[in-house]
Amino acid sequence: MERSFSSVYLLCSYSQGQVVSASMHHLSPCCSLCPAGRMGIELYLDLLSPPCRSVYIFAKKNNIPFTFKQMEVLKGQQHSDGFGKVNILRKVPALKDGGFTLAESPAILTYLSQKYKTPDHWYPLDMKKRARVDEYLSWHHSAIRSSVFKIFWLKNMDRTFCPRASTFAKGLEGLWLTKCLTDWRPLVVFPLYMDQTAPEEKLQEALEDLTIPLKQLEEKFLQDKPFLVGNMISLADLVAVTELMQLIAIGYNILEDMPKLVEWRNRVEKAVGKELFQEVHKVILNFQDLNSMLIEPQLKEQMKPRLLKMVA
Amino acid sequence: MVVELFLDLRSQPCRALFIFAKKNNIPFEFKDVELLKGHHLSEEFGKVNVLKKVPALKDGAFTLAESIAILLYLSRKFNTPDHWYPSDLQKRARVDEYLSWQHTTIREKGCKIFITKVLVPLAVGQPFSQDKLEEAVEELNSALKQFEEKFLQDKPFIVGNEISLADLVAIVELMQPVGCGCDIFENRPKLVEWRSRVEEAVGKELFQQAHEIILNVKNMSTTQLPPELREWLPRYIVHILVEQREMPP
Repeated sequence: MERSFSSVYLLCSYSQGQVVSASMHHLSPCCSLCPAGRMGIELYLDLLSPPCRSVYIFAKKNNIPFTFKQMEVLKGQQHSDGFGKVNILRKVPALKDGGFTLAESPAILTYLSQKYKTPDHWYPLDMKKRARVDEYLSWHHSAIRSSVFKIFWLKNMDRTFCPRASTFAKGLEGLWLTKCLTDWRPLVVFPLYMDQTAPEEKLQEALEDLTIPLKQLEEKFLQDKPFLVGNMISLADLVAVTELMQLIAIGYNILEDMPKLVEWRNRVEKAVGKELFQEVHKVILNFQDLNSMLIEPQLKEQMKPRLLKMVA
Repeated sequence: MVVELFLDLRSQPCRALFIFAKKNNIPFEFKDVELLKGHHLSEEFGKVNVLKKVPALKDGAFTLAESIAILLYLSRKFNTPDHWYPSDLQKRARVDEYLSWQHTTIREKGCKIFITKVLVPLAVGQPFSQDKLEEAVEELNSALKQFEEKFLQDKPFIVGNEISLADLVAIVELMQPVGCGCDIFENRPKLVEWRSRVEEAVGKELFQQAHEIILNVKNMSTTQLPPELREWLPRYIVHILVEQREMPP
């Protein structure tokens, strides 16, 4: 069988020697069986990152063959020239499928689900169920992800720093609304490249801010269903749980007073498979190791302006 | 039963939906939800979208929030032309990629400019801060750079030779700062050309119709805020500007 993936056409051994167009191979019935349809993709992942975890789980669970390209974001590897060719946005996860590169985990997940024809429940064909997955994936960005991201950086690094936090904190004391509006600054958090501590009240505030989204997650999205979209796990559950694990794993029991969400989280873990779930969360569960990470002075200096820019 | 779309054309995602539905002759009932009158905070609207945001869709008993989800739902339900959301996997992935990326970049930064220049003065009764505005514009500039280099490149449209949902979602966001007097297209010839192409593909008349309200945004500054908004609006602003905090109910 032809193995040249750069050729436009290839011989598929499973369709009785039929010549199929490589770009349309995913539509042929033999795709999931035929090695030609399962050409190796590369997934650039750092399992410290929740979106990377959801992509990893999805690929593993569905036996999608891929090459794991380890990325270490804390070491600034996303700024290498090589990775820039894979994802000029310099973020993980990223996918490389032959000459095709792709960023953004929701795009990668739906791409994989369609290319490899994964079981329907992940991204249902039913229009309304699919809309529910889309609805969650869209809402997730600003409602859940941004809060979790902030809390993680505020907490995880002993030496994080909010340079303008004192100005902001002052603004919160008095006529806080007016003060905020006239003297607001975006909170800037730096990982362990700066050697100062984040104010505790900032952390508490950020945690409180998660209360409402979690309530909405339970009341609007989950309701009384076993999973977010229905009776079976979907991409929505995967993206949600891997994100929430970012805080749970570092000791924030954010679901403590929400038994419904706890049960749902357990169901998701079971549906994924305990072993795979534990495996993928190993890095974040051992986050203490990160605090002892020594960043080379040269890298610190190199990273500082980029970090400033990134979080500004 | 006709689909109901709950919209306020001051809102970028609402404009994308309005344009998409009109352009594709999708029959719908326009349900006006005036944000500045606090309509979205009503109990009635809460039954349509418990997140109390626009846009929202009601299709019989089925309700849906999030403009991206609604756009995709409509494209499937009404079998809109392929170029909007291509069936080719890789092209489709490019649309998905943009729709995902834009949340915290183009959308967020475009919102910030609008809020700084229009909503903050409305809420606190003071003129806008030039410093804050410049900062917000700078942030959008970084996003625009990525937009041009990664998403648009040298193509006529984001995904290729034809307009898609990605271009629609992008253009409505970029019109928000324009509407309040920040011409972010200035000195960006590539973007200007892309914008012309998008306008033409949508249809100049429809494009103007959708943007009429936002292009006359000076009318908003004299609006008297109803009581329920007087507390909500500043909190909303703090939410968007300061921390991406979830909106207080």
